[in-house]
Amino acid sequence: MENESGALSRVAGLFSARGYNIESLTVAPTEDATLSRLTLVTVGSNEIVEQIIKQLHKLVDVVKVMDLNDYPHIEREMMLVKIDVQKSGACDVVKRISDIFRARIIDVGEKSYTVEVTGSRGKLDGFLQALHELRVVEVVRSGSMGIARGAVALHV
Amino acid sequence: MELTGAEIFVECLKAEGVDTVFGYPGGAVLYIYDALYKAQNEINHILARHEQGAVHAAEGYAKSTNKPGVVLVTSGPGATNAVTGIADAYMDSVPLVVFTGQVPRALIGNDAFQEVDIVGITRPCVKHNFLVTRIEDLASTIKKAFFIASTGRPGPVLVDIPKDITQMSYEFSYPSEISIRSYNPTVKGNKRQVRRAIDLILEAKRPVLYTGGGVVLAGAAQELTDFTRLTGFPITNTLMGLGAYPATDPQFIGMLGMHGTFEANHTMHDSDLIVAIGARFDDRVTGNIEKFCPFAKIIHVDIDPATISKNVKVDIPIVGDVKHVLADLLEELRSREQGVNPAQIADWWNQINEWRKTKCLSYDQKPDSPILAQYVVEKLWEVTNGDAYICSDVGQHQMWAAQFYKFDKPNRWINSGGLGTMGFGLPAAMGVQIAHPEATVACITGDGSIQMCIQELATCLQYGLPVKIICLNNGYLGMVRQWQEFFYEKRYSMSYMEALPDFVKLAEAYGHVGMRIENPSDVEGALREAMAMKDRLVFMDFITSAENNVYPMVPAGAGHNEMILV
Repeated sequence: MENESGALSRVAGLFSARGYNIESLTVAPTEDATLSRLTLVTVGSNEIVEQIIKQLHKLVDVVKVMDLNDYPHIEREMMLVKIDVQKSGACDVVKRISDIFRARIIDVGEKSYTVEVTGSRGKLDGFLQALHELRVVEVVRSGSMGIARGAVALHV
Repeated sequence: MELTGAEIFVECLKAEGVDTVFGYPGGAVLYIYDALYKAQNEINHILARHEQGAVHAAEGYAKSTNKPGVVLVTSGPGATNAVTGIADAYMDSVPLVVFTGQVPRALIGNDAFQEVDIVGITRPCVKHNFLVTRIEDLASTIKKAFFIASTGRPGPVLVDIPKDITQMSYEFSYPSEISIRSYNPTVKGNKRQVRRAIDLILEAKRPVLYTGGGVVLAGAAQELTDFTRLTGFPITNTLMGLGAYPATDPQFIGMLGMHGTFEANHTMHDSDLIVAIGARFDDRVTGNIEKFCPFAKIIHVDIDPATISKNVKVDIPIVGDVKHVLADLLEELRSREQGVNPAQIADWWNQINEWRKTKCLSYDQKPDSPILAQYVVEKLWEVTNGDAYICSDVGQHQMWAAQFYKFDKPNRWINSGGLGTMGFGLPAAMGVQIAHPEATVACITGDGSIQMCIQELATCLQYGLPVKIICLNNGYLGMVRQWQEFFYEKRYSMSYMEALPDFVKLAEAYGHVGMRIENPSDVEGALREAMAMKDRLVFMDFITSAENNVYPMVPAGAGHNEMILV
């Protein structure tokens, strides 16, 4: 969409005004400074998703819309998790699970470790699930980003 | 040449061919009003008495001409007062460009005097809006606003201009063309879809044309009429589509929907093919969506792809400008060796004529009973030879106007269909009268609606607008009362107006002519007398039957074949 103030608000407003669901939303400028790219995860029947796409097309600030479900695609989300490690053995649990999930410990404190983990939403959910025996202090998730595999590309 | 922002604004309007601006001044637009003062020989500014009135007037202007209406109001309350009109225009796809003043850029976000975030407030009810943040962008933004408002599915576009931008100077040049990479409305319909549509049309045994406001907006009444005559199909119009096909023509089976005719709704319900053109399957049209047209295949022509299959799944969508697509449909049908076989739809017409025999719009005006609103509208139609511009407010009178004034031409029926805005009628009539100074313009209204923008009587006096106000006064908010009678066991909660003004004196106080009509035998004479006063606004207060209902009716949740007749 156009990298202009108000563009994001139009998209978010469309979803709330028409009662569509936003599971996650992430937006940032692209290699073309006039454009920003927004990845939004929503749920709905085929009819609803079709209607959402049409309504998005109607927004003047929206340049192109692509339903990634129509293509083989890669989905990634980043999550930062702060975990209480005061319980005995907690550090080892964090290290072991981080290894399994190919996560990285990016901050170590006396009371807590902070871990960075990247992957699909399902993987991130799995990571949190695996930590269930520990106390998670804080979770920050970026929301999903997606890109089609192969030569298919969303560009102007 | 270097001009101030305010002067650039005026030059842009001239370049767009704007002859009339509806508005109301205030602090944030003082530089613009100063520039307009100097340009008053070229641009006519109409001073409304409330910003809502200014927007509705611009809508009346736009709906009766298909040209964009232009509004200019100040920041803060000026802008918020315009919101109802903007939302109204959005729902009815009216091309409008609304300019709002904004506080100087340095004060934006500071809770300055008369500051509101009007771009934020109107975002859900405009086609698009802009905040001008640099004088360099002013002219191109205005160009974009007119382009967006008047192309594709039309709609309101708002341009918010901070005061300091109107004061500073910049080199003026108006772009001759504009292109917006993300905005390219489809105009031409897909040829293959057109061929498939004609295939279905040739097979149909129980077809119906269901057409809406899109035909009026596209200026496609002639194409629609040609197509309807060529097919021989029955045609029904939505509330917004009235006049696109002559209502006095035998192929016209009346309006459809909640207060549509018995024959139109039954024709829809039993049809095997619906050709929907410039209509949007609104809930007031479809009734219960589960029971909507169970046997029909649907062809849907519309310029807005989001309208297609939004409420009802469509078999053949054709996205494009209705005028172009109708021309393509005509060409395709004419190119076939065999056209529509009248014998194939003869039984269907017999059935429709049976439904017509219910005479669902009949009423009984007894000479010694109170005046019936239906009778007034029917007489108005006769007295004006069916050739007036009719504006209406919202409620029972609106439905009676739609049912009993037989519109033979497009752009003659000006009402608030989508948003249902009480207070629309009188200011809209002003806008129509300004666009068509010689025409007869009537505002059919009620004692509730008229009071919502009554202040515009002063505007009518200032500009000598001889609007004829037909107030169907029943002392009730009639449509609310009707629903309370039907569905709330006659608990008339807040639908009775216990203290009405003396409308005759009120009209006179505003400098107009007031008339009160209480007997059926006086209706026609009074209408003729009023219409003869070519240069005066006449407020006709018809004291009508208090507990009169709009029939027939599809109750909420019912199907088209479940109408209440009387």
